Amino acid sequence: MRTFEDGAVTSLAVLATVLVVAPLVAVFIYVIFKGASSLNLAFFTHNPVPVGEVGGGMANAIVGSAILLTVGSLLGIPVGIAGGIFLAEYGRGTKLANAVRFTADVLNGVPSIVMGIAVYSLVVVPQGHFSAFSGGVALGIMMIPTVCRTTEEMLLMVPNAVREAALALGVPNWRSVLSITVKTASPGIITGCMLAFARVAGETAPLIFTAFGNVGWNEKLSEPIAALPLQIYVYALSPYDEWHRLAWAGALVLIVLIVFAVSLVRYVTSRGVMKGAS
Amino acid sequence: MGVGIEVSNLNAWYGTNHSLQDINLNIPGNHATALIGPSGCGKSTFVRCLNRMHETNPVARVTGTVRIGDMDIYEDCKPVEIRRRVGMVFQRPNPFPTMSIYDNVAAGLKLNGYSNRHALDEIVEKSLKNSALWEEVKDDLRKKSGASLSGGQQQRLCIARALAVDPEVLLMDEPASALDPVSTSKIEDLIFQLKSQYTIVIVTHNMQQAARVAEKTGFFLNGRMVEFDTTHKIFTNPSDKRTEDYITGRFG
Repeated sequence: MRTFEDGAVTSLAVLATVLVVAPLVAVFIYVIFKGASSLNLAFFTHNPVPVGEVGGGMANAIVGSAILLTVGSLLGIPVGIAGGIFLAEYGRGTKLANAVRFTADVLNGVPSIVMGIAVYSLVVVPQGHFSAFSGGVALGIMMIPTVCRTTEEMLLMVPNAVREAALALGVPNWRSVLSITVKTASPGIITGCMLAFARVAGETAPLIFTAFGNVGWNEKLSEPIAALPLQIYVYALSPYDEWHRLAWAGALVLIVLIVFAVSLVRYVTSRGVMKGAS
Repeated sequence: MGVGIEVSNLNAWYGTNHSLQDINLNIPGNHATALIGPSGCGKSTFVRCLNRMHETNPVARVTGTVRIGDMDIYEDCKPVEIRRRVGMVFQRPNPFPTMSIYDNVAAGLKLNGYSNRHALDEIVEKSLKNSALWEEVKDDLRKKSGASLSGGQQQRLCIARALAVDPEVLLMDEPASALDPVSTSKIEDLIFQLKSQYTIVIVTHNMQQAARVAEKTGFFLNGRMVEFDTTHKIFTNPSDKRTEDYITGRFG
């Protein structure tokens, strides 16, 4: 009877795992199936061409997404981590910390299109034109709550004994926080950053009113810039078969680039961290 | 060299809980002093007042004076300075989990801005030898994490880490209570060797341990120090009835 129960629970767990993984695998296979056939070298080296012309690619959108995500990460990750450190190490139990935590949670639930409109009125309108910078700001703000809250959670998981060990050695508190607590929690914090990064990498809505998109090449922060999700959105809604095929290819490239970027960061940051660490 | 500790009129609170009351005590330098007493009697709080770790808890408060050597630790200096002169070993081994064995021992110096590599190598070796761990770890100093060692080894690593900053006093808060008998006896041997160079204050639940390692013993009960005398006197002919009841196992 016990063996039967054990087997039943195990198979339920396996079933649940399959249910979780299946949609992901299905989407991935479908995107590869639809997108791979349209991929060629020109996709990575050429800008889009007008309807009717054969060829063309999304080189500008790939570079555009890279620029937008760089700006977003430079803004969102430091602010988010600093906020998380405040919540876990300095503000525990204070009213300010509760307010910050609540704000972060609400910000996390704000629809991304609203974020786009907010950044439009705060950055684009005063500047007078759409820009890559404003798109990066929108993505960066969207990263803050995820980074902030995961940083807090991960820091809270560091045992107090580790903090005490550092303080008892005569290490100043700020140094103990940065060199001991944050370092101990760093694998989790990096995961949080990657999660936030991957999430905003696929965002279209906040870019519509900010980065705006661009059919040509741009690498200036002050000019409107193309982005992969935006390009996919525009192409997928178009009535042209050629553009549909390019949209599928763009989706595939977007997914692969995200997976690649996340794995690269994990690989680089996991070296140097001691094996056997709890 | 170890220095003596003079405690006068020490009171400590956690919130409204008056956990130490009017403690007066002279701990001799270069000796081991044991503090015994039932759980919750204030002996851990007492040692945490000796390196100002007590005040890392926001609701904690202390009054009275503690002089270590020629320094009044609550008047003359900042907490970080006194903690460099007074090392601490905790109940559960707490090596830094992301650091190698080497970095664990060097942590106190490195985090305080000390960066002479050659000197660090020597200090790490000396500290690990002093904590009787060198022979077991010398081949994987940088390869293995401090957390990959066994519990007893981890505790000796923590002792090495405390010794590396060259303190004058070593506080040990039940250093062997989470360890097996073999590791415990290694820690006790270590205390025996170290007390010629450092002033050691050891909190323990284990009365045989106190009898084995310490010259002087203090008995704490309900936040007060009931009796402080030579270990021999405390265990053979205590002057207070409560001490006698405790060491003969009538309570606690």
